[in-house]
Order: sequence, then structure tokens, then C-alpha cells
Amino acid sequence: MTLDLALQYLVAGLTYGAIYVVVAIGFNIVYSATGIINFAQGEFVMLGGMIAVQASRSMPLPAAIALAVAAAAAVGALVEVAFLRWLRKPTVLRMVVITIGVSILLREGALFLWGEGVRSLPYFTGDEVSSVGILGARISPQVFWVLGTVALIVGALEWFYRRTLLGWEMQACAANKDAASLCGVPVRRLVTLSFAMAAAIGALAGAVVSPITYTSYAAGGPLAIKGFTVAILGGLGNSGGAVAAGLALGVVESFAVSVLPAAYKDVVTLSLLLAVLVVRPSGLFASGEAARLKEF
Amino acid sequence: MTRPGLPAPARVALLAVAVVAVQLATQASGRGFYLTQLTMTGYYALVVLGLSLLMGYAGQISLGQAGFFAIGGYAAAFLSTIDVSAQRALPAFALATRMGLLVARPDLYGGTTLGVNPWAGLVLGVGLASGVAFAVGVPVLRLRGHYLAMATLAFGTIVSAVAVGTQRLGAADGISGVPPFPILPGVRIGGGSADRVANYYLAWGLVALAMLLLGNLVRSRTGRALRAIHGAEDAARAMGVDAARMKVRVFVLAAAMAAAAGVLLTHYVGGIGPSEASVMKSVRYVAMVAVGGMGSLWGALSAAAVLEFLSLRGVFGAHDDAVFGGILVLVMLFAPDGILSFRARGIVEKLRGRPARPGEGT
Repeated sequence: MTLDLALQYLVAGLTYGAIYVVVAIGFNIVYSATGIINFAQGEFVMLGGMIAVQASRSMPLPAAIALAVAAAAAVGALVEVAFLRWLRKPTVLRMVVITIGVSILLREGALFLWGEGVRSLPYFTGDEVSSVGILGARISPQVFWVLGTVALIVGALEWFYRRTLLGWEMQACAANKDAASLCGVPVRRLVTLSFAMAAAIGALAGAVVSPITYTSYAAGGPLAIKGFTVAILGGLGNSGGAVAAGLALGVVESFAVSVLPAAYKDVVTLSLLLAVLVVRPSGLFASGEAARLKEF
Repeated sequence: MTRPGLPAPARVALLAVAVVAVQLATQASGRGFYLTQLTMTGYYALVVLGLSLLMGYAGQISLGQAGFFAIGGYAAAFLSTIDVSAQRALPAFALATRMGLLVARPDLYGGTTLGVNPWAGLVLGVGLASGVAFAVGVPVLRLRGHYLAMATLAFGTIVSAVAVGTQRLGAADGISGVPPFPILPGVRIGGGSADRVANYYLAWGLVALAMLLLGNLVRSRTGRALRAIHGAEDAARAMGVDAARMKVRVFVLAAAMAAAAGVLLTHYVGGIGPSEASVMKSVRYVAMVAVGGMGSLWGALSAAAVLEFLSLRGVFGAHDDAVFGGILVLVMLFAPDGILSFRARGIVEKLRGRPARPGEGT
């Protein structure tokens, strides 16, 4: 494999990996606040892409993306309020099944609204054929939009959790709900907010990546599984770990496609997921001690 | 869990009466063609019953049950459609033919093909699925909750991706032209309309047999141990229940039932496609168990019979998946113990803020 070809695979892998990072962080945000794995997380990425494509027909691109993000955040909050908020001490089994049901409803809703067709936004700068040459590899400018957006999302979240009062409150809520509640933290509202935030960042990523990967009503499911793999690899709730694991998984997949039939790309990821779940469910970076304290 | 009422053999007898009554009713009303979907429903019900045992009694979720069904179905389809007549002179193949493992049948062009005996396909398909279930189950069943759900989902997705991506398995088209399975003298599992009534009774006979055996199982020492695991695994272990081994056994049993159903249904409809392995199929099986109520084999059977038949008749049309998604959400929100446990008054009182009286509501 020549250097420029390797670089080409690397960049493609990083682009996909960046999206997995965002989905994984979405899982982490909700998991930290509620202890729930929201199986509908991938659907928010799909919704972001689909709504932005729809809106971009009647308004400028930035406004369409903003609308898509806001709409997805509203859907995310609605899911929490309508389906999860009022359950008293639900079992994990029950919550898993409910979020799976919600993901099916969102997917079928998208199918009903937009049909089976594959859609995408136009390239933000340039078009399908324009590219930037780096060390002999040809890279689409949209790749820089994707990587930049994901970096922005990760940075903004870091700032939010470290520097803002609301971020501190959410961390308190994640650490101990009862104690946080006693200190006057509005736990219920923050849980709703966590769903809205997870949906919003998923939707933003979905809109930005759609010129490269395209989107369709069924795009959410595979993304959710990949994102979950990354979240587990990085350690649930550990967003720094998710960034490393997501980019690594994207690159591994990208190179796997160069030697295996493309249909087996997902098999590689999923086997990795199974192996990690079995051998090291606390993730590659977390200490086993900390993981044992968490509730699965 | 074990509700008072009719003893188990009486319930199975009642099931048999219902099965006969339905057949006579279709005959009397001239709707014999319903039997085709009813037969398929019976096979899918076997999958649901296995899953009901796993979810309802052992308390372990599986989002990969369609994967086991597909392993059985694809094994049967692959083995019974290969043609090894070119190798028939080789000693090993000659021996296999003499032992009846290979059977010759006429092909479309007047020649004969040499394929694997469907009985061998059944044994291999169920054996393969059980072996895979054991290999996957031992490590994966140590996981709980979300992790187990995701691990089984990953397993199901792998099976589905392999089915779609493998040319020898027909890729996106699947395998068609699977020959009928002469399972008893005079009874062939296949789609011919002459065999329709026999196939219907065969499928539902298997369901009745499964109900009888599973009913005994859940009332036995094993069944009590399973319910103890469901209630509180640590407590069950403290009482001397070998929880890990129990869970794996039930997982393998559920997988074997799914695979057997896959083998028989594949012979019945004459083929299998990758949609049978899809995650949505697995989710549907979970939905049927949920509707029937976790820990109620009869509930699961009723839910499977009604929902699967309606779905196969195309009653839900293009909204099939949406219907099952909606059912899942509604049942889990309002009646997590199954719709038989649904008490409208309990919900109303809960909404008013009054506690439901004991024994009412959820």
C-alpha cells in the first residue's frame, strides 16, 4: 500500500470515526445523567441529516442546520418527557425495550415522512470533485468541516462540564442523584436537558456528515451500534476515551475494508464489540476498580 | 407465576381442541388458504416460546433470536440445495449415500442432483445453532442489563451481515428452491396445497408438544431455580443455584428451538432470505414475549399466534414495523407484565394519585 493510498484510508477512517465519537458522546451524556443506554441515539443523527436536507430547500444552509439541531433537541426532550420521566423505578430490561421501541417509531416516522430515498446536503464548500491535496492524497473539503465540527462539539462539551454552573450541576446529578437533589439541583429537568443535548449534538453531526455519507431513514441503527461500541471501548461515561476509541475504530474499519469484502465491515466492528464486552467491559482506558462501582 | 386454574395437561388438551376447531372453521368457511399463514405462525411461535423461557423465566434479554433462527434456516437451505452429484464416485460420498445422508432427487432439467438428507440438515442446523449459542452464551451471559442486550444485538447483526455479504448463501436474495422435507410417512413439509392440512397439524402439534415439555420444565426444580435467578441472581447463587450454568442452558435451549423452527419453516416456504436474520425480526420476537407477559408461556403463545398471524396476513400493511415498535412502547409503558395484567382502573387511580388497591394495577 503506497503512502498516499494509506493516507486516503486514514482520512476516510477519521471522518467516519469522528461521527462514531459524537454518537458515543451522546450515549455518555444520557448514561451519565440517567444510567440508561438510549438505543434511539443513532436515530437523532439520522433526524439531523433528514431535517436539514428538508429545511435547506426553503432556507439558507446555516439556518437549515440550526433548525435541524433545534428540532432534534425537541424530539430528544419529548422522548424523555413522554416515555421515561414518569416511570417509577423501571427495570433495565423495561428501559432497553422502551428505547428500542422509540427508535423503531422514529425510524418508521422518517420513512413515512421522507420515503426510502437516500438524501444529502450539498457540500458546504466546493463540490463533489473539489479536493485538497495533502502528501499526494486527495481530500474533500467536507472532511475538514466534519473534523472541525466534531472537535468543536467535544471542546464545547468539555467547557460546559468544566466551567459552567449547569455543567457542574449535571455532573453532580450523574454522581449522586439524591445528594444533588438535596443541594437544590433540579435533577428531573437536567435529565430532560441531557436527552436534548445528546440529540442536538447527534443531529449536528448528522447534518455535517450527510454530504459525504448520505443519510436515509434506516441510517440510525448501524450508527447506534458503532457508537455504542466506541462508548464501551472508551469506557461508558468517559468522553476522552470515546474520542480516542472512535477515531481508532474508524481507522480500523477503513483499513479492514481494504482487505475484506465491504459487506463484512460491520462484522469486524461487532466482533470487536463482543470481544471487548467479554474481556474488558469497563473499556480500554478505565480502571477496573472504577468500573465495578458503576451499575450496569 | 404459575397461575391457579386448569392443570397443564388440560390446557394443552384445550390447545389441541382449539387447533382442530380452527382447522375445521377454515375448511367450513372455504378459507383453507389461511392454513398456510397459520402453519408459519406455529413455527414462529416456537421461537417466541423459547425466548419467553429465556426472558420471562431466566430474566435474560436476547436481541439475537432471529440470528439463531437464521442459522437453522440457512443450514437447512444450504445443505438441501447443494449438488454433490459430481463427487458421487468418491468413496466418502458413496458411503454417505449408502447411509442415507445424501439423497438423490430429480432436478428441473430431467437429471438428478445429490443433496443432503433434510434430517441431516435438521440435526446439523440445530446442532450448529446450539454450539454457537453455547460459545456465545458462556461469556456473554455474564453480562447484565444493557450490556447483555447490546452483546446479543451485536451477535444478531453479525449473523445478518454475514448472510447478506456471503455469495454462497445467496447474499441479498437468500436461498430458494429448498425441497420439501419428508418428515413422516405421507407427510412432507413443503408448500404444496395437498400437504396443507397435514403441515398445519404438524406445526401446531410441535407447538403443543413444546408447551407440554416447557410447562413441565418451569414447574420443575429447574424452573424454580430460573425464577430465583430472575428475581435476584445473587440471592439465588447464595442458595446454591448454579446461575451461570442455568442461564447458558436456557440460552442454548431457546437457540435450539429457534433453529429448529428455522429449519422447518425454511422447508415449508421453500427458501430463506436475509430478512429472517434481521434485527427487526429479533425485536418482533421480544415484542411478542412482552405482550404475552414475561413469565407466561401461555401469554407468549397467545401473543405470538395473534400478532404473527395478523402480520403474515398483511393486516398491518406497510406499517408492520411501526406497529410492532408501537406495541413494544405501549406494553412496556402501561403493562410491563403483559396485556393480561393490564387494569384500566389501576391506571386511572394512579393518574388521580390514589394508590391502586392490592392485586390491582401494576
